[in-house]
Amino acid sequence: MRENLAIQAVGLRKVYGEGSGAKVAVADLHLEVQRGEVFGFLGPNGSGKTTAIKMLLGLTHPTSGEANLLGLKPHLALSRKKVGFLPEHFRFHDWLTAGEFLALHGRLYGMPQDVSRQRIPELLELVGLAAHANKMLRTFSKGMLQRIGLAQALLNQPEVVFLDEPTSGLDPVGRRLVRDIIRQLRQAGTTVFLNSHLLSEVEITCDRVAFIKNGVVLQTSPLKQLFDGELSAQVRGRGFTPAILEELKNWGDNIRLEGETVYLSLRREDDLPLLNRYLVYAGVEVYTVQLQKSSLEELFIQIVGTDGGL
Amino acid sequence: MLAALILGFLFLVIYGLGLHFIQIQEARDPIPTEIIRSEIYNFLLLAGLYVVNFLTVMMTVLTSVDTLSGEIASGTIHTIVSKPIRRWEVVAGKWLGFVLMLSVYVSLMAGGVALLGGWIGDYTIPNFASGLSLIWLNGVMLLSISLLGGTFLSTLANGVLVFGLYGVAFVGGWIEQFGSLMQNPSAVQIGIISSLILPSEALWRRAAYEMRSPVVSAFGFSPWTSTTSVPSVYMILYAVLLTLLALGVAMYLFSRRDL
Repeated sequence: MRENLAIQAVGLRKVYGEGSGAKVAVADLHLEVQRGEVFGFLGPNGSGKTTAIKMLLGLTHPTSGEANLLGLKPHLALSRKKVGFLPEHFRFHDWLTAGEFLALHGRLYGMPQDVSRQRIPELLELVGLAAHANKMLRTFSKGMLQRIGLAQALLNQPEVVFLDEPTSGLDPVGRRLVRDIIRQLRQAGTTVFLNSHLLSEVEITCDRVAFIKNGVVLQTSPLKQLFDGELSAQVRGRGFTPAILEELKNWGDNIRLEGETVYLSLRREDDLPLLNRYLVYAGVEVYTVQLQKSSLEELFIQIVGTDGGL
Repeated sequence: MLAALILGFLFLVIYGLGLHFIQIQEARDPIPTEIIRSEIYNFLLLAGLYVVNFLTVMMTVLTSVDTLSGEIASGTIHTIVSKPIRRWEVVAGKWLGFVLMLSVYVSLMAGGVALLGGWIGDYTIPNFASGLSLIWLNGVMLLSISLLGGTFLSTLANGVLVFGLYGVAFVGGWIEQFGSLMQNPSAVQIGIISSLILPSEALWRRAAYEMRSPVVSAFGFSPWTSTTSVPSVYMILYAVLLTLLALGVAMYLFSRRDL
């Protein structure tokens, strides 16, 4: 157990049922999330992501293995005091107004009343629901419910926040809001554990990602590193000669010309302006020079494969 | 809850009107002896309390049957149990809330019947407080069982379980009464066994016994209870134990289960 870690999983395993009908939801999960990290948890449907989150939060008891939250057992009140959680299915007591709902959850966190009285309007403002404080949750749209759920998860100024598909019910404006909130959380040094299908979001917000399939982590790496060595460039222009193409080997590999466009893999992003200057100097009429990073989606499919996910 | 209060009020109004018209009839055609008069009013008030007992059971079970299983199924429970509280506190909190609600309901309804009896019929129910507490205990017992079922069953299955048990106890109670009237020990045994499964009918019969009129004591039988086969004090103790046990097991199971 390492106390400086925000989240730790050591050989977490969860099997539902017994005998021949037993279903392994999470096979053998190892994770280490540093404090202050924004961590993306990626995997196809049914890969055990939500079960893993529930075990990390102490909602579900692991069949074997161990989970630690801020260096403590996750079911302890002390560790939960500093944790926020937005569940995948954001269903709340819908006879409460937004304000009452947050006040109730403030009490569950054991927050002093004057603190929560000050914090609730701030949060309603943050998630864009300030005008709806006195409306009952049963009148809320899906997106509004997800926003109030997010406010609930941030009520106690947590050290660790678990967001299980936080943008599933949101429109593009709402998604941007969640991205901005995650950015603010990172600046404040909050650890964010983000489980999302929307890879573009993960790509924008996360420091590090783990790919999980059938309850096993296939790969964990910093986002930056994931994309290293995956720089491809394309240059559209007129006047490419075999000699010029030969010369391009100084900056990249896998050079091929298709019509007017040259494709190549760059070694360094910084080589692109040099390459451009050379081409102009060599007499190529350059129309576009474009750097293409492979998307997280491509990487996801590469790592996880296309067979999973039902 | 509001619906229960409105319907409860409606019940009291109709009940009061009934008593009122009987009272008018009585003024026109006085009942010859005080004993018969008190017997008539005792019968009428116990009829009212019988309905209150039944409504209390229904209200308690119908409102609480879904509270755990429903929140587990919908996922509402996730944001609650991930807070710095203990799982058993969630069960205890719900239990206390429902007990409070049930107490208000029983007091208003049974208190209403007793007050109407005193006000319109000028009749005071004997041992009303004991009777009232037994009706209350009946509600609390069923509440605890319904919370217990909610920790591991779906809402529907839980409803079937609690009402099923209630039905067994109800039928068993009547079999026992007829058995005792016809002096058939086997029937009495069946009643006692069903009361051990769930002593809800036993609690009502004990309540009716506590609140019986002197005539019933002498005669030994009324539609509500018979004095020959009265549920003993041990049955009340058993009900208390069962209530506490159900609550304790509910807390334990809820703490252990995956959510």
